[in-house]
Amino acid sequence: MLTKVRSFPLLLVLTVLIIGVIAVFIRIGVINDYAAQILSFAGINVIIALGLNLITGFTGQLALGHAGFMAIGAYAAAVSVMQFNMPIFVGVIIGGIVTSVFGLVIGFPTLRLKGDYLAIVTLAFGEIIRVILVNMDALTGGAAGLKGVPYFVSKETIEKNPNAILWVPVLSFIFITLSVVIVLALVHNLLNSSYGRAIISVREDEVASGSMGVGTFRYKMIAFIISAFIAGVGGGLYAFLFNYLNPTDFNFIRSVDFLIIVVFGGMGSLTGTIVAGYLLTYLQEALRFLQDYRLVIYPLLLIIMMIFRPGGILGSREFSPTRLIHLKSFKKALQRETAAEREETK
Amino acid sequence: MSIILHAEKISIEFGGLKAVTDFSLSLNDGELVGLIGPNGAGKTTVFNMLTGVYLPTSGNISLSGKSLLKKSPHQINHYGIARTFQNIRLFKEMTVLENVMISMHAKVNYGFVSALLHLPAYKAEEKKMRKEALDLLKIFHIDGKQDELSKNLPYGEQRKLEIVRALATHPKVLLLDEPAAGMNPQETQALMKLIRFVRDEFKLTILLIEHDMSLVMGICERILVLDYGLTIASGSAADVRKNPLVIKAYLGEEVEFGA
Repeated sequence: MLTKVRSFPLLLVLTVLIIGVIAVFIRIGVINDYAAQILSFAGINVIIALGLNLITGFTGQLALGHAGFMAIGAYAAAVSVMQFNMPIFVGVIIGGIVTSVFGLVIGFPTLRLKGDYLAIVTLAFGEIIRVILVNMDALTGGAAGLKGVPYFVSKETIEKNPNAILWVPVLSFIFITLSVVIVLALVHNLLNSSYGRAIISVREDEVASGSMGVGTFRYKMIAFIISAFIAGVGGGLYAFLFNYLNPTDFNFIRSVDFLIIVVFGGMGSLTGTIVAGYLLTYLQEALRFLQDYRLVIYPLLLIIMMIFRPGGILGSREFSPTRLIHLKSFKKALQRETAAEREETK
Repeated sequence: MSIILHAEKISIEFGGLKAVTDFSLSLNDGELVGLIGPNGAGKTTVFNMLTGVYLPTSGNISLSGKSLLKKSPHQINHYGIARTFQNIRLFKEMTVLENVMISMHAKVNYGFVSALLHLPAYKAEEKKMRKEALDLLKIFHIDGKQDELSKNLPYGEQRKLEIVRALATHPKVLLLDEPAAGMNPQETQALMKLIRFVRDEFKLTILLIEHDMSLVMGICERILVLDYGLTIASGSAADVRKNPLVIKAYLGEEVEFGA
């Protein structure tokens, strides 16, 4: 297949280079702490939107409660680190696991049905979670919020070496951006496997998919649980980035924000989600001077998008940096491949 | 010859409407049987019952002695029944090759972790699946277009791709729903020959829906005629052609004018 252009090492080098350069810029102050935080926050938005794209863009099941999943992941991660002294990394994973259990519980009854039931149930779920979090004072701090969530650098390290606090923005950025890369790689690999094809076939035609031997319910469940897991991981990262959680942070508007990123980038395009995620998060910050009027900009952008590019920035295509660099050798390889295939089939 | 697919007095009602009443069918191993009838006779409904899309209100269906009732479509497919659709249902935004490879998913032998990490097991199996899919496409002469989106194929090739996709699930029984719809007489003749070839090559049993009688007369060994949900005739092409009930269903009755 086309991926045989030895793109893996090249991608790895590119990724390390980009992350490394930006990290250095943050450390020496070329990128200030505020900009670094937006960059990290955009990474979190991208992660959760990638998860949402998996279930909505690739599996074709509309989900409207990813802020709820994010909240569960955030609180689960924060509580496991604060109360049970888990390392940050483990906390993030626990956030993902706890969230995927909720995904299982919600998905099991609703994904059996055809139609928009998932949208309705996830929407309700997101709201319910918020109310529950407000009322679970003992664990979550209730409406006052959960204060004192640690940074990506542990408290002990900061106590021992006060200078470590200077590294917080850099470490947050690296930790989150690496998570973006890992989530992207795993979702990309999944979608390019037989399991991924089964998932996409459900979106394309559920009846045909079942008749070709794909257990459609099973694959909807798998996609939904993975999607929830990713949202939980995103929530965990959010907790350690902002160090303060409040149930009102995870309202319905936030769920819609993720959906807008997915639609804007292109349903069924991972790279589209990444471009849109960074772009829209920045836009939101850049437009702060407009105050509440900026809420008008998003829908306006969406309308313009629907008129000129109804499929989103990238539609269902993917952008590949290696493909650009390798364009020449790529074309040659492609010709060789097809020639070899013709030989094979002869 | 043994009976492979057996349907016993299956009926289905939608609300008060009896779509199919007491339909019985026994397919012998290796047979090629036609199911014909005018539009709206209930042919596709029979297919939908046989493949688990609809649950019959009464009656029983079994494949090689195993009951298929209350099984979901994908389980029935795993037992060995594959189908095509009258209103083409390809995975439109996926390539021709991917369409075929989806059918092989049920038998894929690398695990989830291999898929996530693209381990060697993944690579070996993908290569094998790709080769098998290409071989199947070659039989139907659409192997040059494997990387095109299936929605971009011409109509006739989309129908063929549906058959290839069904074959890729390694069925024992193949149900074809109007495979020649929209094709001209030459294309239809070529397709019918191809269907017979496929039956012999893959040792299949085929049940074929067609509403144009003349098409199936040539290739089917046995024909069942359905009208308003009732089986009105069955037998060889010659018998069915002469049956007055069939003539009535297709052409209507003579009516005396001016009486």
